[in-house]
Amino acid sequence: MNPSNGKGSISTASSSGAWKVGDVVPDQFPAGLRVLVVDDDPTCLVILEKMLRNCLYEVTKCNRAEIALSLLRENKNGFDIVISDVHMPDMDGFKLLEHIGLEMDLPVIMMSADDGKHVVMKGVTHGACDYLIKPVRIEALKTIWQHVVRKRKNEWKELDQSGSVEDGDRQQKPSDEVEYSSSANEGTWKSSKKRKDEEEDTEDRDDTSTLKKPRVVWSVELHQQFVAAVNQLGIDKAVPKKILELMNVPGLTRENVASHLQKYRLYLRRLSGVSQHHGSLNNSFISAQEATFGPMSSLNGLDLQTFAVTGQLPAQSLATLQAAGLGRPTAKPGIPIPLVDQRNLFGFENTKPRFGEGQQQHMSSVKPVNLLHGIPTTMEPKQLANLHQSAQPLGSMNVQVNAHGGHSGSLLMQMGQTQSRGQILNESAGSHVPRLPSSVGHPVISNGIAGGVIGINGIGDNSRGIGYNQVRPTSSMLSFPMNHTSELATNSFPLGSTPGISNVTSKGAFQDEINSEIKGSTGLMPSYDIFNDLHQQKSQNWELHSAGLQFSASQNANRVQGNLDVSPSVLVRQGYSSSQTSGQNRNVSDMGRAVFSGVESTQQGNAQIIGQQHNNFLVDNPVRVKAESIPDAGSQSILFPENNFGQEDLMSALLKQQQGGIAPAESEFDLDGYSIDNIPV
Amino acid sequence: MDRNRLARQVALQKQSLFDQGYIDQQFIQVEELQDVSSPNFVEEIVTSYYQDTSRLIVNIEQALERRPLDFDQLDRYIYQLNGRSTSFGARKVIAEGALFREYCEAENAEGCKTTFQQLKTEYATLKRKLEAYFQLARQARLAETASRPM
Repeated sequence: MNPSNGKGSISTASSSGAWKVGDVVPDQFPAGLRVLVVDDDPTCLVILEKMLRNCLYEVTKCNRAEIALSLLRENKNGFDIVISDVHMPDMDGFKLLEHIGLEMDLPVIMMSADDGKHVVMKGVTHGACDYLIKPVRIEALKTIWQHVVRKRKNEWKELDQSGSVEDGDRQQKPSDEVEYSSSANEGTWKSSKKRKDEEEDTEDRDDTSTLKKPRVVWSVELHQQFVAAVNQLGIDKAVPKKILELMNVPGLTRENVASHLQKYRLYLRRLSGVSQHHGSLNNSFISAQEATFGPMSSLNGLDLQTFAVTGQLPAQSLATLQAAGLGRPTAKPGIPIPLVDQRNLFGFENTKPRFGEGQQQHMSSVKPVNLLHGIPTTMEPKQLANLHQSAQPLGSMNVQVNAHGGHSGSLLMQMGQTQSRGQILNESAGSHVPRLPSSVGHPVISNGIAGGVIGINGIGDNSRGIGYNQVRPTSSMLSFPMNHTSELATNSFPLGSTPGISNVTSKGAFQDEINSEIKGSTGLMPSYDIFNDLHQQKSQNWELHSAGLQFSASQNANRVQGNLDVSPSVLVRQGYSSSQTSGQNRNVSDMGRAVFSGVESTQQGNAQIIGQQHNNFLVDNPVRVKAESIPDAGSQSILFPENNFGQEDLMSALLKQQQGGIAPAESEFDLDGYSIDNIPV
Repeated sequence: MDRNRLARQVALQKQSLFDQGYIDQQFIQVEELQDVSSPNFVEEIVTSYYQDTSRLIVNIEQALERRPLDFDQLDRYIYQLNGRSTSFGARKVIAEGALFREYCEAENAEGCKTTFQQLKTEYATLKRKLEAYFQLARQARLAETASRPM
């Protein structure tokens, strides 16, 4: 943190969007916390509002989820936390949860009169940071601020870790981009919070944190520049330093690039993985499978763009995407993972030669793990619930995949990469077991991660969060990888080795709730559409993200199939993870996160913009596999409608799928066993 | 004193309602939210509750007329009703609602119908009792205000 900021000058606004950097805030926290309450029950709304006001929070009521979402979208930094009912007529609370997690990365608390274990678990896997049983007592509301602080803290931590000291780059002042605190009151409240966080973090931070690095927003143009640079250098050779030089963007640091690269790689990975299963989703890429993959290469470029677009692919979305992608493999064996050369993806930076081995194509080596990897499941063990966090894990996931050694770069690669991350998947080559068991804490994201998640095995270890399990099988993305991997498994992908994983991880398709997100992403996968779409919307971030996930997932899937054509874009994404391997998984931060978010199943409609500097993306947090609803392999619930990846499109696509295929995902989603029904492991 | 007497009456009545199971702890909680800015908070809540749920009650009745019964739909309605009822502690209504849901799950049409009648009775009774209570409470508050030194 900045030693200098003590009271108010928070230079790095990265962590909390809400806080205004540089604000001098009287320490009123938690008073002034901006809460958005969503519930169709007017009685409950009024009571909650009163209770929250009594806690000195600023309350906004909303009785329709759609309205809530638009409120949040219009005013990205206008709220600090969201409380939502589970059962609402116009939109399922979990869906809203996913959206919010992916797009805004805000902590979301679910509440319901229903206290059944299944429902509460769903909240967890979708990324809710808490679950309240109605009737809600005021005591329970008094401490909700902890979730906001915790999230920020984690973000800070990630930022810290991911970026090395960036000497000149740090932008002291609250970077414009980062300036989330758009709301009026943010200043006080946020600043104080920020300060708090900073202060806390300072200890942990090393010198790098002295300057708060403002979050870099990866705009479309910036991302395009990035992609161009990467392509110019070649996925394999694209190292942050060189990319930075090529890009020649003032103020951009190597760390920013590194983390973005990670995410990108994950994304690419997902693309390749996702493409596979998306058969149904996206006809374009899935159907063609091979064909689709062809265009994948174009994806690479696209991906990046889209990826960049949102700048922040919500990790979750990405994860989902990847997951979806990953999950898919099973679904479509033929689906070649267009994603770039998996090899590249994974092996991208990894020092580990494993993936680089060019095996991309060879799915055989596709370790089941890959699948997961691809899925940027943000495995956050703890955060699963937090969609927000979802963004992060992805990074790790991908990395992990790489670790696997050579998996065709696909998932495994990511794993490998993630490995470096540290917790990320831990790629444990063998153990890659897709830790789907998102249960690990990250159930949240499990959604789509399924595909990716599987690959994430590495993540599984720690990140477990990969919530990919959560990903409903709908996306089945994972499922396939798993399955395949087992066969292929030959490699590191423990899929074969880890029996448990196969079922679970493969199920990666866990794309349950997140499916919706993933769906969008799936579409992304193989097709750069996703990315394009992503551009369009802020929420796109996650889309990309998910796309990324999917890709990875697909990648894996591809791998499985043997044709890993990981699109370069995907690779790139993944690549970055490798470079980051240094334990800085965090770099993946933005990208990774984005990617991962997809993976994370938290469905919470939280589509946190992963793009945002997800530094924390892979950072410590175990890749949260957001429940990227990875379309179950079997069902074509092609989660990722590649084409329409626009947020709305995604949603609609997802919804459709859900109705169609995803629906089952929900039921399948069974954390316990991770046995996703649909996942044909 | 009138004021004191009224205040006592209010307290007694509330206790009685509580003891009889018409309201539960949540009601107390909600009442505690009342303050100077919203002195009639609970009453407002209850009024809006009855307005909001009257439609629900009608819907359920209509749904109960259909043949065959759509238990899923009925369950959803009751879930909604219960959700609203729990927010201010309408205990008996909630209990009947829970019973109704059990019958729905068991797909017991007769059970559903019977329980629903009971539920409606409780629903109406609670309304009456609460109205009386609120009236008394309002009087007590007025007396309190009136007796305050200006």
